[in-house]
Amino acid sequence: MATQQSRSAARLMMAPAVVLLLGWMLVPLTMTLYFSFKKYLPLRGGDLGWVGFENYARFLTSSAFWPSVQTTLVIVGGVLAITVVLGIFLAILLNQPMWGQGMVRILVIAPFFVMPTVSALVWKNMFMDPNYGLLAHLWKLFGATPVEWLSQASLPSIIMIVSWQWLPFATLILLTAIQSLDSEQLEAAEMDGAPAHKRFAYITLPHLGRAITVVILIQTIFLLSIFAEIFVTTGGAFGTKTLSYLIFQRVLESQNVGLGSAGGVYAIILANIVAYFLVRIVGKNLDA
Amino acid sequence: MGRITLDKVSKSFGDVEVIPPLDLTIEDGEFTVFVGPSGCGKSTLLRLIAGLEDITSGQIRIDSEDATNVPPAKRGLAMVFQSYALYPHMSVRKNIAFPMKMAGIDQAEQDKRIDAAAKALNLTDYLDRRPGQLSGGQRQRVAIGRAIVREPAAFLFDEPLSNLDAALRVGMRLEISELHERLKTTMIYVTHDQVEAMTMADKIVVLQAGVIEQVGSPLELYERPCNKFVAGFIGSPKMNFIEGKEAANLGATTIGIRPEHISISTTEGQWKGTVGVAEHLGSDTFLYIHADVSPNETMTVRVDGEFSARHGDTVYLTPRAERIHKFGADGLRIE
Amino acid sequence: MARSIAPRRKAINTLLAWSIGFLIFFPILWTILTSFKTEATAIANPPVFIGFDWTLENYQAVMERSNYGRFLWNSIVIAGGSTILGILIAIPAAWSMAFVPSKRTKDILLWMLSTKMLPAVGVLYPIYLLFIRMGLLDTKIGLMIVLMLINLPIIVWMLYTYFKEIPGEILEAARMDGATLREEVIYILTPMAIPGIASTLLLNVILAWNEAFWTLNLTAAKAAPLTAFIASYSSPEGLFYAKLSAASTMAIAPILILGWFSQKQLVSGLTFGAVK
Ligand SMILES: Nc1ncnc2c1ncn2[C@@H]1O[C@H](COP(=O)(O)OP(=O)(O)O)[C@@H](O)[C@H]1O
Ligand SMILES: [Mg+2]
Repeated sequence: MATQQSRSAARLMMAPAVVLLLGWMLVPLTMTLYFSFKKYLPLRGGDLGWVGFENYARFLTSSAFWPSVQTTLVIVGGVLAITVVLGIFLAILLNQPMWGQGMVRILVIAPFFVMPTVSALVWKNMFMDPNYGLLAHLWKLFGATPVEWLSQASLPSIIMIVSWQWLPFATLILLTAIQSLDSEQLEAAEMDGAPAHKRFAYITLPHLGRAITVVILIQTIFLLSIFAEIFVTTGGAFGTKTLSYLIFQRVLESQNVGLGSAGGVYAIILANIVAYFLVRIVGKNLDA
Repeated sequence: MGRITLDKVSKSFGDVEVIPPLDLTIEDGEFTVFVGPSGCGKSTLLRLIAGLEDITSGQIRIDSEDATNVPPAKRGLAMVFQSYALYPHMSVRKNIAFPMKMAGIDQAEQDKRIDAAAKALNLTDYLDRRPGQLSGGQRQRVAIGRAIVREPAAFLFDEPLSNLDAALRVGMRLEISELHERLKTTMIYVTHDQVEAMTMADKIVVLQAGVIEQVGSPLELYERPCNKFVAGFIGSPKMNFIEGKEAANLGATTIGIRPEHISISTTEGQWKGTVGVAEHLGSDTFLYIHADVSPNETMTVRVDGEFSARHGDTVYLTPRAERIHKFGADGLRIE
Repeated sequence: MARSIAPRRKAINTLLAWSIGFLIFFPILWTILTSFKTEATAIANPPVFIGFDWTLENYQAVMERSNYGRFLWNSIVIAGGSTILGILIAIPAAWSMAFVPSKRTKDILLWMLSTKMLPAVGVLYPIYLLFIRMGLLDTKIGLMIVLMLINLPIIVWMLYTYFKEIPGEILEAARMDGATLREEVIYILTPMAIPGIASTLLLNVILAWNEAFWTLNLTAAKAAPLTAFIASYSSPEGLFYAKLSAASTMAIAPILILGWFSQKQLVSGLTFGAVK
């Protein structure tokens, strides 16, 4: 497969994608680095000169920084845990013999097609509104006081909304993986007298390893940058300010580009730390 | 025309030298078979000739022109792969037409050649099917059809029959041999099956670990194998090897005698033994014998027709003296 | 397997799966139902499920309030355009990775994916400036390029895992048959990978359609797609549930329908090599 000619052809065919992504990464990154060392207020004087590491120090010491990192990690971790666990459960369920399997799959996949802005708006207003939301009606039906979801239980609420959106993705990938499991293996284990939970632990779960890795990798990529769900629901209030959102506020709401850029650099560092760990897991589990 | 010359050709994958420098000439019109155990580098050698891999050093000439750096598409060779490598999304007709389309041959000529190939290969009724709808043997024929229509300088076959069942294999073997008789084009055929090699080849190249052990016609290899490896590899059932005193008496480290060159008797003979297993095929009888001269390995004897013997019977073996092969300590043939 | 309990187990499975499926789908169903209610019915307590006077007034109101057609058109052009651009760039790259792998292939792939982890907000302002400088702000082509870039790693990965399933011998056969690299990709690889390409296309259209950071921040009036259309309903506090539902339905309907119809193709390729 590999002659000198095909190797140079390969390099050439790789080039557009690599060059574009490299540009997409480096150009803005360089600019962000540049701004991060400046006092830069577009609406209040623009470029006010170099300030060294002042932006970095300010961002790091601002009371919002560490909570925002924590919020980010909680949301990503929470959504991952929920979607993977429920996804495995649903995948196993959907793999059982039943009537109307195709239709159920259509129902389950649906949230994946819903744009985050819509899902956030619908959940916020029609379900989680403390006065008119469906959940409030449900609570009242049982004589309980409706919960003010997005202020009293803001973080769990957002995790719930986002999980709802990503559960279909996890389920579908895990389902495909389960379907590829050789049923003879399970039958052999059953013949050997392994009870259901052991068959799951020793055969099904290991078989799903790669699929789970893929789900975690892809979802993390998207979850680190969730935006619309927070923008629409809480606007970053009630402890739902992720690092991304904090930076967004610095740049767009306070129009402090220098400070926001320093935050951006932190976010990039955080993303790289997460990426590093992910790649270590993935590298093991994914013969890419 | 299709004379292929390999001049000190070698191939390494990374640090691993799969084929040490080797010289080989394949004459125009010759049916050459590369044979050797699995993993010995047959496919690699074929792919070097095809241009699908770069050679590490040396030179490949096709019709005395240097082809070393010519891409596969321009070498004028056609290849039939073990997996057939048909284009699954194209009909049989389109599959066969593909190389002609690439060569820019006009439509009328294409149709003519497709029809001729289809007739020769019994594919006329299947031209509009997809490869997925064909049997293994039919797929094989399509692959051959795709190779012949472009009228290549040489055909390269990489174990083309190994995915077929035994009965089909014999049939296809004959078809390929006949194709060669008809076209008289150079063919290089890779196989690990020495029966295929013996039955089809004008010239056999026996390979082991990337090294050419012997080149010659099937009968040359059968009658005068140049070393123990070739002697053991060519011929079926395998040659019996005997070491020790019996060999030393003849001035060799090892002597070899083919199963069909041993006569057997229940009363008298040179070597005494007991029957382990007897296989009665009607036409021949194969006897696997624990002989005193070969304590570690059972000896195989082939007898024409029926020979009644059962497990545990005592028998006597006599080799035909002029058919004994002698090998030295280095494994090379001693004249 | 004990045959006698199979029908009962099947019934239980069916019931359980349908209940969960219904629960997961319910928010969407509720939105669609509410879009046909009057505002008063929409917030009625206890809630009304089906037994209400169906009305189209919300859809009319939404159409009057904003130019749905233009948002829809922008969404189609941006999602479609970015996808086609992305596929055209990704096919050759994925070909290289799948068929001429090197020691660095895996690193390059993971690096590509890691560019997707770069927080968009971190580079929003620079991109914003560049867009102004290049006159790309609030243009469809600008968004197309950005969305193509952010989804490119995913496209490359999907195509790569798909191409890897194709036996290299078939491409080699094409090469022996005299095909140039271009012909090999156009006549052999691409048609053989149609299911995978279709799946990739679909996923990418969905991702691009729903992308809500760049589409919100890099457009104003001209190029705004449906994400912006729906975002304009986030400000007037609550109370217009029926109209909100109508707008939501209009925003998600095209992709929901596309997704449902092409579900099989989408799912078949949505493995990212997770299934061996
Ligand atoms: N692309 C490759 N990279 C590394 N080693 C290879 C490659 N192709 C073949 N080899 C090695 O070269 C040797 C010869 O392989 P091959 O030519 O396929 O053998 P054969 O066809 O005789 O069975 C084997 O040991 C094989 O592992
Ligand atoms: Mg081989």
